[in-house]
Amino acid sequence: MTTELPHHIALMDDAPLPRDNGELVFDAPWEARALAIAVTLVEKLGLPWDAFRLRLMDAIADDPDRPYYESWGAALESLVIELELATCAGLDAAAPTERPPL
Amino acid sequence: MTTVEHDHGNEHHPDELAPIEARVAAIETVLVEKGIIDVDFDAVVRHFEDNVGPLNGAKVVAHAWTDPDYRARLLADGTAAIAELGFGGPEGDHMVVVENTRDVHNLVVCTLCSCYPWPTLGLPPKWYKSPAYRSRAVREPRALLAEMGTIVPDDVEIRVWDSSAEVRYLVLPMRPDGTDNMTEEALVGVVTRDSMIGVERL
Repeated sequence: MTTELPHHIALMDDAPLPRDNGELVFDAPWEARALAIAVTLVEKLGLPWDAFRLRLMDAIADDPDRPYYESWGAALESLVIELELATCAGLDAAAPTERPPL
Repeated sequence: MTTVEHDHGNEHHPDELAPIEARVAAIETVLVEKGIIDVDFDAVVRHFEDNVGPLNGAKVVAHAWTDPDYRARLLADGTAAIAELGFGGPEGDHMVVVENTRDVHNLVVCTLCSCYPWPTLGLPPKWYKSPAYRSRAVREPRALLAEMGTIVPDDVEIRVWDSSAEVRYLVLPMRPDGTDNMTEEALVGVVTRDSMIGVERL
């Protein structure tokens, strides 16, 4: 068990390896990180998951045809902005222009 | 399985950073710099990839097939019965288990986003999140299922469960014929993720 995981997630930690899900659920690593950031942030702040989920619903409704994780990213940004954890300008300044080497 | 999503693939130049990718990286940077989040994201991702998935749901189903009392508890209070096996957490707080019978086939969708029972099924497959699946599952489930390779006989009612609200649904498939002598452990291997969403019949 990894102790630094949010406790809710750690609760699910006792099953052996259902790794064979038949297909990947992420198209790119940033999608997985977007998922992890949202889950971690909601847990850290003690918010109900709906605080994020309702934003995701709105983001998908805003633009139903864009890729799913773009809506996810938009929902994450709206949550972060509304909670005043960051500003649009702050995010602009922090945006990288190229991918760091792995 | 016929997938209905568009494949965005890896056609980008490897060094080219999509705007959304840069935005997510910026959010991460700001939150980490402010000390709001400090956990190892890669560990969270690995956790989802390694420990949360449909094997958990398959254990629930196999247990319900072999223990009538557990099956009754599972249908009466899905969340509690699933927690008995140690599974719970985000997107699994209000579980309702719907049972397939000779007369009824159940199908799960989230019409508004991608609500899905993470603790028992893991993260949703791409097609589950696609606009086509989300709309057609409600409008024409029988035709959609047929396209996905699942023929539901005409005399079997299809019930569609929309998990947009609080509730997350898990389909309890029918135990296949010819499995009477199988152990619970062996039965776990019979249960597929898609059968627990309702897009496949075992």
